[in-house]
Amino acid sequence: MSEKDYLQDITEIKNIMNKSSRFLSLSGLSGILAGIYALVGAYFARVLLLTANYDQYSYTLSETNIEYKIIGIALAVALLSIITGYILTRNKAKKQNVKIWDTTTKRLLFNFLVPLATGGIFGLIILSQGIFLYIAPVTLIFYGLALFSASKYTIGNVKYLGIVEIILGLFALYFIGYGFYFWVIGFGVFHIIYGAIMYFTLERE
Amino acid sequence: MSIIKNINKIFNNRVRLGIMSALMVNENVDFNTLKELLDVTDGNLASHIKALEKLDYILIMKSFIGKKTNTKYSITKLGELEFKKHISALEKLISQQK
Repeated sequence: MSEKDYLQDITEIKNIMNKSSRFLSLSGLSGILAGIYALVGAYFARVLLLTANYDQYSYTLSETNIEYKIIGIALAVALLSIITGYILTRNKAKKQNVKIWDTTTKRLLFNFLVPLATGGIFGLIILSQGIFLYIAPVTLIFYGLALFSASKYTIGNVKYLGIVEIILGLFALYFIGYGFYFWVIGFGVFHIIYGAIMYFTLERE
Repeated sequence: MSIIKNINKIFNNRVRLGIMSALMVNENVDFNTLKELLDVTDGNLASHIKALEKLDYILIMKSFIGKKTNTKYSITKLGELEFKKHISALEKLISQQK
């Protein structure tokens, strides 16, 4: 065997290892879009908060309503991001001629959803107890853990995004009360930066 | 040359190399996934699997999903060791020739 054959063998080994264990079709563009949705959502939330301050003296009830409206915006942003992510990832998978629903996807989703669902339920419970202050740190920390746990099963630097989100969540816990700004950074700015890095390093051909 | 000794002739075949690569990074892989991954025919894959099993490099686990048989494969300790030896031998040969 010549040198070229050895090299080819190593390339083939790497290729099969990646293809059989990692989901390769995650779209970086969907990260950028998710970040933009988050920023737009944050803008609407900010407007809501500012107008709420105007009729501060009317009803205390409307104040709590505002918090539910903001949670509604956050959920809408999350849903829109998931739909966009799904469509773009499906298209990318089609282009690469791979199935979107195989063992690697299942493993990726399972490892992502266990921490995420835990965080979601945790969040709902503390919401039901009226502890709004802790929502931002809790969502950021569990989202970071979900990314970290899923990172083994896909390409890109998802692991680092996860770690950064966890650290940000801990900061949000320490500087309690500024959750809104930490949310904007974690779900808006970080997604755009991460998506852009992924888009320019892995997808531009 | 001790490096050449570590080059395992069994792995000089693309399909066998592929089966071992997939099993190195997965707890187990089923027949159809391997077939798709390596883009080979049933018969071709089956014969290479048999060869690797004979050497005790891989394990075959048969189970049933409903009425259908579902055969999964996993790597043995010996298989892992031999494959790692092979990879490092390949790497050494490449770096030597540079």
